[in-house]
Order: sequence, then structure tokens, then C-alpha cells
Amino acid sequence: MYSEKVLDHFSNPRNVGELEGANAVGQVGNPKCGDIMKMYMKIENDVVVDVTFKTFGCGAAVATSSMATEMVKGKTVEEALKLTNRAVAEALDGLPPEKLHCSVLAEEAIQSAIADYYKRQGKDPKDYGINVCDGNCEHCHAHK
Amino acid sequence: MIYADNSATTKVKPEVLEKMLPFLQGQYGNPSSLYAFAYDSKRAVENAREEVAKVIGAKAREIFFTSCGSESNNWVIKGVASKYRDKGNHIITSCIEHPAIIQTCKYLEKQGFRVTYLPVDEYGSVSPEDVRKAICEDTILISVMMANNEIGTIQPIREIGEIAKEKDILFHTDAVQAFGHIPINVDELNIDFLSLSGHKIGTPKGIGALYIRTGIKIDNLIHGGGQEKNRRAGTENVPYIVGLGEAARLANENMAKNIEKLTAMRTALVERVLKIPYTKLTGHPTNRLPGLCSIIIEGIEGEALLLNMYNEGICASSGSACSSGSLDPSHVLLSIGLPHHIAHGSLRLSLGEDNEPGDEIKIAEAVEKVAARLRAMSPVWENGKPMWE
Repeated sequence: MYSEKVLDHFSNPRNVGELEGANAVGQVGNPKCGDIMKMYMKIENDVVVDVTFKTFGCGAAVATSSMATEMVKGKTVEEALKLTNRAVAEALDGLPPEKLHCSVLAEEAIQSAIADYYKRQGKDPKDYGINVCDGNCEHCHAHK
Repeated sequence: MIYADNSATTKVKPEVLEKMLPFLQGQYGNPSSLYAFAYDSKRAVENAREEVAKVIGAKAREIFFTSCGSESNNWVIKGVASKYRDKGNHIITSCIEHPAIIQTCKYLEKQGFRVTYLPVDEYGSVSPEDVRKAICEDTILISVMMANNEIGTIQPIREIGEIAKEKDILFHTDAVQAFGHIPINVDELNIDFLSLSGHKIGTPKGIGALYIRTGIKIDNLIHGGGQEKNRRAGTENVPYIVGLGEAARLANENMAKNIEKLTAMRTALVERVLKIPYTKLTGHPTNRLPGLCSIIIEGIEGEALLLNMYNEGICASSGSACSSGSLDPSHVLLSIGLPHHIAHGSLRLSLGEDNEPGDEIKIAEAVEKVAARLRAMSPVWENGKPMWE
């Protein structure tokens, strides 16, 4: 049911763990739903120079976290904010329909980390069009 | 590869396949045909009926072949409901039944029946006293599974059967996971109907049976020709029925040996896995199926767990939401009182007679490795414990 790429990213996830010196950390999801993603970023001059993740969740959640970190690494904050869940899912050669919400979580984890980056600078993330996970499972599952 | 998902399905036994083959090749006669060429088919079906009956202490004429356990469950629930709806409209079952029972009961609720879904305790056991209290003058059927497919708990069927007999209420048990694995005697247990399936004991998927006690009438589910004494229409699936007969014979013959072997292996597996911190065995500690154990590993999601187990060469299953495609973890794990975040971390390992001694150690080692790996990348696991501790 999973593509080769999903299985590869799940079995050999890239950029796993905590990131020393991270200046942007975001966590989304809810243990009740069975998936939580935490994203750590080191941002210099508005460029994501390094990014890692920790995920509690299913195969698709781990794979989308891994792929998302690869896709934003080296990108500007502005570019990273434009990464959609569909783009992550496509990069993994697709996800089963019932797993699309996992990619939503990856998109929101990035947004959440960057929101933290802006907050640390005394800026309001809302001014940058960032919507952050509200911890309500239905919210993600309704996305698709 | 180590196959530890025998509660999902089993490998077809070579002896079973061998008995089936003639009926997939030259012996294609219809058991209902009247010429000698078809007699072999008829005789083979009746021999199989005899073998299945022996496993549960029934008479051959009380066994009716179906396409699967779900059909047997649908037949008995719907068949009793429509036959006895003038007598009453109340059914008692438990909240941890297989979906083939629960969804059939939900369907009947839409038709105006009332269904009591009895709760279970932390081990997944139904209380016979709860059964007694739930009975009212409208009760027409009690249906409680013999052994649970997710956590392995064996229900107090004898006690429930006594209550059903005393109150003169029909009693059904879904024995799909128990048939051929533990001793069953329908007379001693006062069972009126019993559902069973072949592919849990070494037949291909697609054959089951329903035991119906002599003298008890229920409406048909499949209407049509006069097969199965006018009670289940459809040309008999001769090769699969033959396969079920042989699988039943083998299961009966090897039951004591398998119980001893699988209980020892499962016990060793559980002991070893529970040494991992923040793990827990679900289901009853002792009153349980020989080969099945379901373990909670906190801080890890079940689907990730079983995909990782597969990377280690082990087939298993899970009751997590993600493995079922729904938002909620299994209804069984929630019914025994586990909160969602804990129930997501379930891993079901079910050993079968093809497992070799030593497999339990290899499985336990894989669980240790996988648990450590996934906990290291889990944001809910910090300083050697889950964040909810």
C-alpha cells in the first residue's frame, strides 16, 4: 500500500533527532490521534541551514517528516512556508488516501517551527500567513 | 521471515492441500447429482462434516458449511432475529466482539431491535453476572465470543451458557479464534450456535461453518436450492469443505501438543518483551489463547512498529488507528480501558504450530531493537519514559 519511496524514507529516515543550536522549534499533532511531529530548524539570514525532526506516528507520518526536512533544507523561510502537503506527498510518489492527513501534519510542523522563529524575533506569525495546528485531530483529517 | 500473525490467517497445511487437490482436478461432481461419479463429492463433504463436528463434541448433522466466519455470524444473528422477532427484540452481546457481530447488531438496531453491548473488565472478560442482569423478557439471543481476536482473552462461556440455559435463551459463540486451538464441547458449555472458520487452522480463505443445535430453528440467510438440508443454499464448495474437514482433524489430533508448545513459546516471548520498560500485556494473564499476545509499547505508534518489525523479518499486526485507517484505535483496546495515546502502541503477535522453538527469542529481540529505534525518534519519549508519565 505504500510506495517504495515512502518505505525508504520510513525505514531510513533522513535528518532524525534533535538539533543542537536550533532557533526554531515547532510541534504539531496530538497523542490522542496517534501522531505528533516535532521539527527543529537552524535558520540563518532567513535561510533554513539545517533541519531535523522527531515523530510519533505511523509509517506515513515518519516518511513525510523525513521528506519534508529534505525539501526545506537550504530553502529560504519564505520558500519553506510555501511547501504544501501535496508537494510532500507527491515527492514520496503519493500516499494512500487515508494517509494524506499525515502530510498535512508535516506541512504544519514546518509552519509551526517557522512561527516559533518569528516569535523569537518579536514578530507575529499571523503577519506571515502562518496557520498552526490547533491540536484537534478532525482539523487535519478534514484537510486531505 | 518469521510469521507471527496466525490470528490474521494461517499457512495452508500441506496435508489439507493434498486432500483438496483431487476435488480441484478430476473429482468435480456436484454433491447433489444422482450418479455415481458425484458420490465421491457427497461422501467427502459428509466426512468433512463429521471431522468438524468431532472437534466441538457435536453431531455431524448439526454442522452447516458457510463461506467464512463472517457469514456464520451474520446468519445466526440475523436468522435468530427474524425467526424470533415475535417473541422479543432484544439481543445481548459484548463490546469486544468481532465486527462481523457488532456491525450485524448495528444493522439490526436500524431494523428496530435493541442490542445490549456488555462492557468488559481490564482483562477483556465479560462478567456472567452482567449477562444475567441484562436479560429481560424480550431477550432472544446472547452472543459472546469464545476468545478475543485482538487480545486473546477466553470468555467465561460455561458460566454464560448456564445462565442462558436457565433462562431459556438461545446462546451463540463466535469461536473463530478458538476452534481447533482450545478444547470445546458444545454440550458441556450449553452452546446453541457456534461460528468457526477454516483459514485460522490451515485451510485457504473462504470456508467456514455454523454449528446449530438439533431442534433449533433459525431463518436462512442464503435462500435458494436445497443444499445443507435446505438451510444454506448454494452449491457446496467441495474442495474447501474437504480442506476444512482435514484441517479440523489435524487440529483435533494435535491440539494438546500445540497448546503446550505455543503456551510455552508465548509465555517466554511475553516475559522477555515485558522487560522493556513501559510495556504491558493486554488481555487476561492466564485465561487466554495459547499462541496470541498483544503488547503495548508506550511512546510508539503501532503501524510504525509493525512496519519496522517487518523490516526485521517478522509479520505481526496492530490495533492502532493508523493500521485500521480510522481515527480511533481498536474498539477492543479502548473497551479494556486503555486511553487513546496508549492504545496506539499495540503490537499483536500470534504464534502458530509452524513456528519453531527459538522464534519467540528472535521475535523478542526484534521488538527490543525496534522499540529502541522508534523511541529514539519519538517526541513523546524523553529521558527513558513517555511524556505522560
